[in-house]
Amino acid sequence: MAQIPNEELLKRIAEKFDQQVMVVGEPYGLLTVETGREQIIDLLSFLKTDDALRFIFLTDITAIHYPEQEKQIGIIYHLHSLTTNTRIRIKVFLTDGDVHIPTATVLWEGANWMERETYDFFGVIFDGHPDLRRILNVDDMTAFPMRKEFPLEDPNRVDKKDYFFGR
Amino acid sequence: MQNHPVYTDNDPQSELSTLNLGPTHPATHGVFQNVLQLDGERIVSGVSTIGYIHRAFEKIAEHRPFYQITPLTDRLNYCSSPINNMGWHMTVEKMLGITTPKRVDYLRVIIMELARISDHIICNGVLGVDTGAFTGFLYMMEHRESIYEIYEEICGSRLTTNIGRIGGFERNFNTIAFAKLRAFLKNFPVTLREFESLFNRNRIFVDRTKDVAAVTAEDALSYSWTGPLLRAAGVDYDVRAMNPYSSYEDFDFEVPVGTNGDVYSRFLVRNEEMWQSLRIIEQALVKLEKEPTDIFHADVPEFYLPPKEEVYNNMEALIYHFKIVMGEIPTPNTEVYHSVEGANGELGFYLVNDGGRSPYRLHFRRPSFINYQMYAPMSRGMLLSDAIINMSSLNVIAGELDA
Repeated sequence: MAQIPNEELLKRIAEKFDQQVMVVGEPYGLLTVETGREQIIDLLSFLKTDDALRFIFLTDITAIHYPEQEKQIGIIYHLHSLTTNTRIRIKVFLTDGDVHIPTATVLWEGANWMERETYDFFGVIFDGHPDLRRILNVDDMTAFPMRKEFPLEDPNRVDKKDYFFGR
Repeated sequence: MQNHPVYTDNDPQSELSTLNLGPTHPATHGVFQNVLQLDGERIVSGVSTIGYIHRAFEKIAEHRPFYQITPLTDRLNYCSSPINNMGWHMTVEKMLGITTPKRVDYLRVIIMELARISDHIICNGVLGVDTGAFTGFLYMMEHRESIYEIYEEICGSRLTTNIGRIGGFERNFNTIAFAKLRAFLKNFPVTLREFESLFNRNRIFVDRTKDVAAVTAEDALSYSWTGPLLRAAGVDYDVRAMNPYSSYEDFDFEVPVGTNGDVYSRFLVRNEEMWQSLRIIEQALVKLEKEPTDIFHADVPEFYLPPKEEVYNNMEALIYHFKIVMGEIPTPNTEVYHSVEGANGELGFYLVNDGGRSPYRLHFRRPSFINYQMYAPMSRGMLLSDAIINMSSLNVIAGELDA
């Protein structure tokens, strides 16, 4: 089957979700939409099960941090419809202090580690996740290192003082 | 230590025993820890712990200019670094709107297919070792060495290649590189055929691998598997065929598909992919004859570092050199997802740019990370020895797993 044009895809989503899904843009032809956490699972499962769309493949879940925005943390889903070779990107923005979003593990088993990774690095809490633990960092870490306020290097390091380098 | 999974069964009457497989077990070929509960030789449950070589590449990438991120991608899947390098260059080129000349595309295809072969050599060779046949591994390893020698001629290094630049290659392929490539194309098929005749119908190997760790297509898709593992389960998803990049649409090749997703199918799929890669490289060499021989990068002086002698003797080159190094070239404020078919599956780069000299956010969709999460669930009920060869055939590379 041929690729679904973005307008058609959008029309189909709008029929079901009306104003709850907003278009962000189409950078490099990849339709990007934004929605709220209340309907994210409905949207994902609609995209996955709809006969014409069939976005059955979850490519990726990740997050992004914009400290200057009111809704600081963005969760980004990439879905792929293998039968029509169409991709879509879905974003959900959350305010810091209330970073809860329902888990996508109810739809895809593979979301498990992707969500654990997102939790590990951004502190996003996926409600209903079967095993939400840190995955790449040590268990007793307290910070969420991919947030922008987390420094790349430990500011208390003593081996990188200027006088070692004659500065 | 909160939220730690309960590993041990403290019941003294219990018949189960706990086995720490890894983190540094010789049979796991990398830093993987799995805490297994065993009933005799059968696995009752398992918990994977990963992150032993996590190096925060995504964080580091936010602090580096685009052209200095290539060395980070080397260290993801270090068995086929050139694919990662090219994937990253193509992501940046897609973001900047750079179109590369056909010759660059074909040279890239050659390098990427060589990398795929070298990755599959390791995986299938090691699978042989784990099932007790060392010979095939040694035969094949000789040719990985010749691939590394080709890399050396092109970029100077062997494992972490840092090959290519944004827009093309840092230097043209020399005649020795082409000579070595032709020698490889002549010698490797002989060994590969020999390797297949050693394994494909070998009773011991087939008994050890057939119907072991069989995965249905539904499960594979639900776990977001890609690459040879997904294709062995019967889904013909290959990024090269579906979303061609680097002029893959010009090539005639087949996407091998397995039937039941077991270890044996994965082995056959990888072997067939090596044949297809050889086919692609041969076509690329033919196509290269029609291309001008002196082009090895796109004409993008704003992003392609000029050669040093020009920087010293040519004012324009000096200006561009300065602007690139100091990050004074404006870049679009946008986001881009680009994926390439890595040796283990879809290797994706999600790049969010805010117009600066380094990414605002860079996320690697790492196939090993995503493929590996089925390992513990699928090991349930499996024999320990089967779980070992299952791990070999997943071809999880620790660097890519932990980023």
